[in-house]
Amino acid sequence: MTTISSASTAFSGDDPHNRLFGPVPDVAGERGYGDDHPPRVGFFTDTSVCIGCKACEVACKEWNTLPMDDAEGNRAQLGLTGASYDNTGMLGANSWRHVAFVEQSRAVDLPMPTVGAPGAVGGPRPLEDPPVVHPRVPASATTAEQSAPQQTPSADREIRWLMSSDVCKHCTHAACLDVCPTGSLFRTEFGSVVVQEDICNGCGYCVPACPYGVIDQRQDDGRVFKCTLCYDRLTDGLQPACASACPTESIQFGDLDQLRARADARLAALQDKGVEGVRLYGHDETDGVGGAGAFFLLLDEPEVYGLPPDPVVTTRDLPSMWRHVAAGAAMVVGVVASAFVGRRR
Amino acid sequence: MTAGEAVPGAGWRRADGAPAQDRERHRRSGGRAPRPGESVVGEAEFASYYGRPVIKPPVWKTPDVPLYLFLGGAAGSSALLGALAELTGRPALSRVAHLTAGGGALTSVAFLIHDLGRPARFLNMLRVFKPTSPLSVGSWILAPFSALATATAGAHLLGRFRRLRMLTGVGAGVLGGPMTTYTAALLSNTAVPSWHEAHRELPFAFAGSAMAAGGGIAVACSPAEEAGPARKVAVTGALIELGAMHRIEHGHGLVSEPYRTGRAGRQLRAARACTVTGTALALTAGRRRVPAVIGGALLAAGSVFTRFGVFDAGMASAKDPKYTVEPQRARAAGRDAANASAEEAHTPS
Repeated sequence: MTTISSASTAFSGDDPHNRLFGPVPDVAGERGYGDDHPPRVGFFTDTSVCIGCKACEVACKEWNTLPMDDAEGNRAQLGLTGASYDNTGMLGANSWRHVAFVEQSRAVDLPMPTVGAPGAVGGPRPLEDPPVVHPRVPASATTAEQSAPQQTPSADREIRWLMSSDVCKHCTHAACLDVCPTGSLFRTEFGSVVVQEDICNGCGYCVPACPYGVIDQRQDDGRVFKCTLCYDRLTDGLQPACASACPTESIQFGDLDQLRARADARLAALQDKGVEGVRLYGHDETDGVGGAGAFFLLLDEPEVYGLPPDPVVTTRDLPSMWRHVAAGAAMVVGVVASAFVGRRR
Repeated sequence: MTAGEAVPGAGWRRADGAPAQDRERHRRSGGRAPRPGESVVGEAEFASYYGRPVIKPPVWKTPDVPLYLFLGGAAGSSALLGALAELTGRPALSRVAHLTAGGGALTSVAFLIHDLGRPARFLNMLRVFKPTSPLSVGSWILAPFSALATATAGAHLLGRFRRLRMLTGVGAGVLGGPMTTYTAALLSNTAVPSWHEAHRELPFAFAGSAMAAGGGIAVACSPAEEAGPARKVAVTGALIELGAMHRIEHGHGLVSEPYRTGRAGRQLRAARACTVTGTALALTAGRRRVPAVIGGALLAAGSVFTRFGVFDAGMASAKDPKYTVEPQRARAAGRDAANASAEEAHTPS
């Protein structure tokens, strides 16, 4: 009988306050890998350059031989969501990469032409008044780098498409890993979280435990599946299939420290150019999951992409839960015992 | 979590926009009073990805899992009741309680196995022990408990092995307390908003519900001259259940809402009606059999409805993204506001 958990030191170890959440400098080392284990790796997904081509989804399905399914996870079903160009719908047991496709619009105050006598004051203004970036280049052609990416004007509306390739976050404190009762989920030497399919017994406890809603049960099988960060490829020195397939380098794979530095630089660059609403998501080690192994540069609020705004690993409150469970059990014993005290009736 | 410009949405709306957002807002029942800790910020702006859930709803089967919760709880309190009845010389009460415990334990294991798919998977649960997994801890409580409770019930049915029966009965009784409450940790140690937020009250609601059920069944099935302790247990349990459920249904702002609306709301109202009527009947029955039987059965039915209601409320809260997004936004905004005011306090003006 062994104890496998990212949080077990909270119950047995030195620092009872800081092992169920918070930063962990060496997440693989903490799990018993020696000093020579490889550095922690992850994904940085820069959604500002995502073109929604779904090459990552296809590459993932191909490499991992995932079965076809529809947006509700029904196997061997072809279905259209009807809501958008996104017919994958969600991350699930058979879709380990999912390209979210958000179509947004907003009203713009265009300089409208007015009617009046030629030459009159405040006469007709030209219809076209694009901000000129370079004499020979229309502004619309360079929007990706000049103002906001993925954005086009349309009549008095501006339309933009936000595309973001979502994936398992490989959290520093992974709720799925902590609640798994069989030890089927484990932390790899690369710091990622992987399900051992032959040990999973289909209890489904990890499914509602994940604050991001990533891991899911394969219907008609009962076992759960999720992104492995291509563990099999990593051990052979390759990078994950999705990152290899991404044509725009929206999905970047590498050592997590380097990726974080690169992400900070990219964030600063976009902010300098005045891109609205740009932010990093999942990179902060002090957040509710201790920082994610897969983090994102987003152009809007996380919930717009279907991501939780402030996820917290559920085991953070576990000490309190166990205390209340113990108090409840003691109360039952007390109530039943006291019912037998006193005169017989 | 987020860095950079924090203008919510920066004017952008979903392309089929405003109506969808209005729809989400309209569904919210009137204003709620801000609780301490979240009063700092106004109502959070709510957006979602085509109304799809953010977290995955539990894949546990209904009615398997709610019935498993009920049977495990009833068996737990019955085992304790049976052990103490045996030790204090109440043979009829002890027999009824031990049979309930054994039957409940066996059936709950059957439901658990049916939910898992095949029997070998239950044994697989015992290959590790993990304090961070209430299901692992629960398996280690459930396995010995059901073995001991079933052995005790079997010995009662055979009418032999009296000394052994005392031993297994006491063993099952010791595990009975944890049996009634571990399932609360099982539910609340998930990202399901309405379960997680109620993690302080759920163990007491389940403990009360288990006592109401175990006591109620014992009141209904045992002779009046021995049923006194069972009646006390049932009534005390029912009152605890009512009190804890009231706090769950009203104490957590938005995430309490699923406990009052839809199917879960109807089930929990039925639970309350059953429990209140059952308590009144059990208290006034005296030595009359019929009201005692009806009262006991109503208390058990109330416990069943409570488990189904709590289960469904969690499912509803997981399926609607607003229960995930809005409380998290409010929490993040409250933290930002607190940080900002702390910074202001440190900056000399």
